[in-house]
Amino acid sequence: MLSEKTKTAILELQKIYPEKRSALIPALHLAQAERGYLPRETQDEVAELFGIAPNEVNAVVTFYDMFFEEPVGKHIVHVCKNVSCMLRGADELLEKLCVKLRVAPGGGSTEDGEFTVIPSECLAACDKAPMMLVDDKVVGPVREDDLDRIVDQARKGTGHPSPVKKAEADHA
Amino acid sequence: MPEMRILMAHMGKPDQCGIEGYERNGGYQAIRKAIPQIAPENLIELVKQSGLRGRGGAGFPTGMKWGFAPKDPALPKYLVCNCDESEPGTFKDRLLIEHDPHQLIEGMILASYAIGARYAFLYCRGEFFEGIVKLSAAVEQAKKRGFLGRNIFGSDFSLEIVVHPGAGAYIAGEETALLNSLEGYRATPRLKPPFPAVAGLYGKPTIINNVETLCNVVHIVNHGAEWFQKIGKQKNSGTKIFQVSGHIQRPGCYEFPLGIPLREVLDVAGGMFPGRKFKACYPGGSSCALLTERDLDLSMDFETLAARKSALGTASIIVMDDSADMVKVANRLMQFYQNESCGKCTPCREGTRWVVQILTRIEAGKGTIWDMEVIEKVCNNMEHNSFCPLAVGAAPPVVSACKEFKSEFEAYIRKNPNSEKLPEMPISYPYS
Repeated sequence: MLSEKTKTAILELQKIYPEKRSALIPALHLAQAERGYLPRETQDEVAELFGIAPNEVNAVVTFYDMFFEEPVGKHIVHVCKNVSCMLRGADELLEKLCVKLRVAPGGGSTEDGEFTVIPSECLAACDKAPMMLVDDKVVGPVREDDLDRIVDQARKGTGHPSPVKKAEADHA
Repeated sequence: MPEMRILMAHMGKPDQCGIEGYERNGGYQAIRKAIPQIAPENLIELVKQSGLRGRGGAGFPTGMKWGFAPKDPALPKYLVCNCDESEPGTFKDRLLIEHDPHQLIEGMILASYAIGARYAFLYCRGEFFEGIVKLSAAVEQAKKRGFLGRNIFGSDFSLEIVVHPGAGAYIAGEETALLNSLEGYRATPRLKPPFPAVAGLYGKPTIINNVETLCNVVHIVNHGAEWFQKIGKQKNSGTKIFQVSGHIQRPGCYEFPLGIPLREVLDVAGGMFPGRKFKACYPGGSSCALLTERDLDLSMDFETLAARKSALGTASIIVMDDSADMVKVANRLMQFYQNESCGKCTPCREGTRWVVQILTRIEAGKGTIWDMEVIEKVCNNMEHNSFCPLAVGAAPPVVSACKEFKSEFEAYIRKNPNSEKLPEMPISYPYS
């Protein structure tokens, strides 16, 4: 069940827009920030808050890369695989990171639930190629020797963020 | 030619993100000058005269686009800023919002005033965590100073800006798909016409501009249309933020007048790595045909690159030196378009997938002598029969790589001892 606080925040978000459905994506960010991912029951709760069919919400959740229907690690490491990063060794970097964290080649989650590695399309930081988005931090250019430090630093952080929650926290 | 920093003039100054710093450095002068002294229709005229063209890739004249908004003040109208920057190789909008968020807010206020919008939405890519925080803070600060809200500067112009996070989808950068996303749906494109200026967000007239475009408006108001027109070249006024990435010594953003030769941009970005030779580059993000060594003296402007059957696009130059494997590059790019295809129309959904399968087969040393022709045919189908610009952009980078570096593809195909036998079913590829 979503907390009352999150539900209230979602209802507040709806008021910002001329039509409340516009708040659906920000609302899903908020719900995911609380639950860590978006299981069907959470999607259904969000659907109820919007007065729309659960499948309407599921259609949106399954479309966007930032929403997860299955549990993901506390920390998410996006490794950019697009051309600018590929030309500077992104494939090798991804391979090394997966070995280091003992996840499946090409990305996956660690057994302890701490990390999920996701190969990603261009993250708009090609000046830092090869780059990674570690939770909310852009890091790069990443060398193989940096991986230990990057992983350690991420471990100390609060986990993968939500663009909505973070914006609110920084306002307060 | 040295850099000419207008939009990037205050990059890296630590105080620029706060409203005091921005104002100290000359910010929020343009809205003071314009509201309400310059009538909205005159502001549109000013932008028309400046010759400013959209910086999101298509290069449509901004003033003309604004002019399409209906003049009836009773009709609700919206301004949407497209900050869903996801084109491979493109990273100028992130720089602009993280280092100078108020410049964009000021541009949005001016644009909203010109078209008569009461609401403006800033659709920001969900992965731009830092950018969203900075933009949200900038909006709050501008509100407190009375630059947003009711009756700005005592005029009857009121404006709210909503910073809206996306959730990760390249296609959401296509303007009509962005509108669907902003309405809370899957980001699939809409049929045009009607164009957004007639029926956009919630079916109401909507003007959609890129971040860099809106930032330019601030300086046009401050310095005048004539000043702006003198920068760059005919039909290509103003500066452009060129983003250089890939095999280059100093990747980054560099601001130059439009029309600078490609070679000079690469030189300022540090040139090739020692001992390496320029091989090719995509000049405008990945959705355009690649350029080769013989194109190094081309002028980086909309017309010249269109005449070369490529595109200025977002002016994101992805450089490849002689160590680059063009088969791998082509395959990786088509995988990108396949991953990001929204699935709405068949040529794009199926075409990208089939080309990836064929390129993967070639890369695995299992290509056949027919493969190049099939790739060209499928790409041709995608380019001319798909619903929106995504697949139109997916074809040229691969087709041009096949054409310009045919021998590299053929060398891969020759690795297959059975290349002249009918192909087996496409092999699966290691990318989910």
